[in-house]
Amino acid sequence: MTLRFLAAGDTALTVELGDRAELGLSMRVLALYGRIVDEALPGVVEVVPTLRSLTVHYDPCVTAAATLRAVLGPLAAEAIASLPEVSAEEPGEWPPAPRRWLLPACYEPEHGPDAEAVATACGLTPWQVTSLHACVPYRVLMVGFLPGHPYMGDLPPPLRVPRRDTPRTAVPPGSIAIATTMTVIYPQESPGGWHIIGRTPVRLFDPARAEPSLLAPGDEVRFRPIGGEEYTALVGKVAVGTWAVEPETGEP
Amino acid sequence: MSGVGQSTLVIVLPGLSTTVQDFGRLGWQRFGVPVSGALDRVALTAANIVVGNGSGEAGLECLYQGCEVEIAGESARLAVAGAGASIEVRDGDGGGARLVPSLESVTVQRGQRVRVKMAGPSISAYLAVEGGFAIAPVLGSKSTFVRAALGGFAGRALRAGDALGLVAEVALEREERRLEGVGLEPASVLRIVPGPQDDHFVDGTLERIAAEAYTVRAASDRMGLRLAGAKLAHKIGADIVSDGIAPGAIQVPGDGWPIIMLADRQTTGGYTKIATVASADLPALGRVGPGAVLRFEIVDVEAAEAAARALAAEIAAWPGRLVPAGGGDWRYRLYEANLISGVTDGTACSGAGVSRS
Repeated sequence: MTLRFLAAGDTALTVELGDRAELGLSMRVLALYGRIVDEALPGVVEVVPTLRSLTVHYDPCVTAAATLRAVLGPLAAEAIASLPEVSAEEPGEWPPAPRRWLLPACYEPEHGPDAEAVATACGLTPWQVTSLHACVPYRVLMVGFLPGHPYMGDLPPPLRVPRRDTPRTAVPPGSIAIATTMTVIYPQESPGGWHIIGRTPVRLFDPARAEPSLLAPGDEVRFRPIGGEEYTALVGKVAVGTWAVEPETGEP
Repeated sequence: MSGVGQSTLVIVLPGLSTTVQDFGRLGWQRFGVPVSGALDRVALTAANIVVGNGSGEAGLECLYQGCEVEIAGESARLAVAGAGASIEVRDGDGGGARLVPSLESVTVQRGQRVRVKMAGPSISAYLAVEGGFAIAPVLGSKSTFVRAALGGFAGRALRAGDALGLVAEVALEREERRLEGVGLEPASVLRIVPGPQDDHFVDGTLERIAAEAYTVRAASDRMGLRLAGAKLAHKIGADIVSDGIAPGAIQVPGDGWPIIMLADRQTTGGYTKIATVASADLPALGRVGPGAVLRFEIVDVEAAEAAARALAAEIAAWPGRLVPAGGGDWRYRLYEANLISGVTDGTACSGAGVSRS
């Protein structure tokens, strides 16, 4: 694993731990994220973890890139050394998730228009695609792109397909989609190039909540398949505020 | 009208794209929430200083075309900031028009109408109101992020009939003021710091970007300024595994044309970024529109950080440059200056920010 500092102008500095999307790499990024935040460095405005790097946003009137590099270098080396060596084949053991979520997911064709195409590409049946998707726990690796949009991994290997050749201009909110080694949920209607295989009635982003983003990096997410009727009923309850998903915390 | 209750600023004509903006939403990027905020923080700061607000109070950002507003309340003190911007105040019956230049405050009475006029060259103008807008911050900011319907007024650009609450019910009893010696010209040369992915481009690309002129394309918006000019070639490809995006990052997708990431940029992205615009040059970038020609000058991180500190020090000195506004019309002041000095002094109305050329 090679640690690199990448210049990102005079208000940000990127700490790069690797250039691939791998579960083991994400684990290290999040470990380092925790260390940097705990350090509460003067002039650091916010720290944004991604799949393989962290971007440290700073105020150049308070600190400087050279100062941050001098502090972050040893910190990063220490955080990395404290974790066992990992590779794509040996992603390593994750620490226990701070929160575990069971999100209802409707995989009926109406809500998963790409399940059939994914099944064809993977040599599976649509039922096998959705069953495989729902049978493993995922970790939230990062939240980015748009408010509350989680990137979760890893997908079971039989389901790994590239992104769609032509992105959709409007993906409905709540859509559960897959591509490469990850699965995502679109919180708002937005353009999107991932394969949509289902939909959740859960609201992933709500600025009125104390924690607007439902999911945070490090969380564990599993999907609970539901039928179309339950999906519709839950959408109604979410809209009037009589139902919201709660996480389990503590040891599994 | 009873005169009781909260004063509001009512939008009569919204202009092309008018939104509530402050310095943006910091601390939420790790949840995918863009920072947003004013494209030109310097002009917003200047407008706020003129009306006596804190520098980061929310104002109305008008893009391309000014808005027209009416005060539903006793009175309100306003100021606009922008190169070529001014405010025209008219009585309810359309009479009594007077023109107030950029960076000068004016008190508007109930029923009077205020038109933000934008003559260029800046495509943005900021209208600040003494006391600020009574808008509840969302995630710590009053800024509007339209794509996620977040913050500002109902999460969207303003429309005719919208009534924005004002904190101050009446303008404070004091003289009108003018901020002198503040330039708000659009950018023409941008200092850039190489990275984070300059090593993903073929050799000589940085030299090339520094030698060429780029033209701003019409497809630009608050998210990014899209440029046309010499295409930049990647060594392998334009795609990377997503990483964080700094303000002013110059992203280069597969077509080879740079996009400079502005206020509404996404938090993370999967395209290579060849360089990043110095933060001190970003406000002036918020003033350029389609067709503008930009050049780049390569600097190191230390030089860009020094520029940021120099800009902050300059802004800190602005409150000391406030002077009594005097006559209501800048043409009158120019006339007056000529009478006193005996020679034409084109800088006498430099408060307008545009007439220093």
